[in-house]
Amino acid sequence: MEKVLARGTEAIAEAAIRAGCRLYFGYPITPQSELTEYMARRMPEVGGVFLQGESEVAVVNMVYGAAIAGKRVMTSTSSPGFSLMQEGISYIAGAELPCVFVNVVRGGPGLGDIQPAQSDYFQATKGGGHGDYRLIVFSPESLQEAVELTMYAFDVADRYRNPVLLLTDGLLGQMMEPVSFPEFVDLDSLPDHSSWALSGTGMRREAHRVSSFDMDPVSLEKKNMLIQSKYKEVVKNEILYEEYQLDDAEIVIVAYGTMGRIVKSVVNQAREKGIKVGVFRPISLWPFPYVQLSKWSDQASFFFTVEMSTGQFVEDVKIAVEGKRPVEYYGRTAGIIPTPNEIFAKLMELI
Amino acid sequence: MIYTERFKAPQSLSGKEFSYCPGCHHGIVHRLIAEVIDELDIQGKTIMVAPVGCAVFANDFFELDGTIAAHGRAPAVATGIKRARPENVVFTYQGDGDLAAIGTAEIIHAANRGEKITTIFINNAIYGMTGGQMAPTTLLGMKTTTTPYGRSEKNEGYPLRVSEILKEIRGVAFLSRTKVTTPQDVIRTKKQIKKAFLAQIEGLGYGLVEVLSTCPTNWGLTPIESMQWLEENMVKEFPIGVFVDKVDKVK
Ligand SMILES: Cc1ncc(C[n+]2csc(CCOP(=O)(O)OP(=O)(O)O)c2C)c(N)n1
Ligand code: SF4
Ligand SMILES: [Mg+2]
Repeated sequence: MEKVLARGTEAIAEAAIRAGCRLYFGYPITPQSELTEYMARRMPEVGGVFLQGESEVAVVNMVYGAAIAGKRVMTSTSSPGFSLMQEGISYIAGAELPCVFVNVVRGGPGLGDIQPAQSDYFQATKGGGHGDYRLIVFSPESLQEAVELTMYAFDVADRYRNPVLLLTDGLLGQMMEPVSFPEFVDLDSLPDHSSWALSGTGMRREAHRVSSFDMDPVSLEKKNMLIQSKYKEVVKNEILYEEYQLDDAEIVIVAYGTMGRIVKSVVNQAREKGIKVGVFRPISLWPFPYVQLSKWSDQASFFFTVEMSTGQFVEDVKIAVEGKRPVEYYGRTAGIIPTPNEIFAKLMELI
Repeated sequence: MIYTERFKAPQSLSGKEFSYCPGCHHGIVHRLIAEVIDELDIQGKTIMVAPVGCAVFANDFFELDGTIAAHGRAPAVATGIKRARPENVVFTYQGDGDLAAIGTAEIIHAANRGEKITTIFINNAIYGMTGGQMAPTTLLGMKTTTTPYGRSEKNEGYPLRVSEILKEIRGVAFLSRTKVTTPQDVIRTKKQIKKAFLAQIEGLGYGLVEVLSTCPTNWGLTPIESMQWLEENMVKEFPIGVFVDKVDKVK
């Protein structure tokens, strides 16, 4: 497949279109506005819908509307905007609607800054909205992976009737890299949602009433348990991760997204000095590869988590390792990206 | 015989018994919407978006595809549905807390985009569902559970006249305020609801009908007293009338 030079946010947008997404709702926010702008140009070319909403609150509810109509739909935003979407995401998960979100994370809390960060990890993976629900979360390390995960996200969303989040940051979003785009999905081959979606009864069937509402606790609990059994399937089938130079590793660096990529150069640096280090990189953050990571505690003397936050992702690493080995942490926050040298120096301190 | 013929339930209602309080106008307006949908022969392609409020159960009362939006967000949900399925007829049904407080932004911008959707707006000057708190439309001096000494313009500001705001918005194709306290009112309201649907069906823009309605339960009045109170107090604050009618120009 031919490679083209693309910018991160635009590559994600093009991937969504190739996945058959023909509805995009968005609201400008740095560092992802190029994605919104790309969709504004591109959607009319492919006969799709682009609409700039009046707020992220409106946008997430427009996404709800398009999803409940049974169509592939996406939005993208950055941290403060994603916070505003949380109520809507909870409704979407509760009504079991498939759709795709992109959060190009920036430094927080509050208005913070516009530099790359990973400080929305808790919000993404532990449920930023209310109620017993889960977002399926994927985090890419490169543009090629971002393209593939974006397209895959739509399939996963459809398969489980659940929202899927692509969690990335401004570093990847602004990066230029060669990518090869998969072919356009045939729109006629998209999953059939006619058994539940709202399309009008056509006077041929019973009315479809789809919502997250149920006043009867017994029946709501039953529905919640059905959703939980769906999540069990997600955990069983959708765990994604990469193992890099782990075969003989005595130290396991754990990192995700762009950090997962940066730490690979730390490994190379360390291995030149004879230190046996490898990387475990979760690609699905929920479901988190607990068991797959845990396995390495037999071989490793310790785990070393690196993230662009004051320590959120590290909590999942600790859950995986279950106290069997020490879990060390290094991170920067507020939009500062730890350099390989900085991480290497910290690693040497730990040894 | 004639009686049962004339008053048989509209096909667009499901037949499930309304759960509204005695004397509440939600039920009357539901029936009018269903009659209009029947007469326009659009039942098979209509999708409804219910609100959070006493009408949160409305999906069950209509024989239509439907969903329930988050509190105040029905116009955004309806926008998403309509953009995904422009061939369908989409309407929202919203209370005054839903539409004029928490959902003010969504209603203004849906109207401003000339979104091809219809809204039926139930103004009962109170939050019915949550037990009688102040709404943006609560009258000055009116006692509610959160204005126990009466609404004061100094603390809570003035009753919000949403239709007077919306009439300035160019995306609006039909806009009226009405009531359903007398048989004439009911007939007029039904005509206006039909026009608000025609506004989207004919692709003219956004349509909204505001219906001044009773909430005997939270007003602490009997159904009859509620009707009188509405006539004597609400109509003064919220004059009835047609504000925008581009449907007529077409006809
Ligand atoms: C985000 C959010 N805030 C508050 C509520 C609680 N709530 C439910 S209904 C309602 C007010 C409804 O009043 P109105 O829209 O006037 O409808 P009515 O019941 O009077 O018909 C409120 C505040 C909620 N469900 N969601
Ligand atoms: S509480 Fe008021 S608005 Fe709600 S159903 Fe009863 S009378 Fe109607
Ligand atoms: Mg009300």
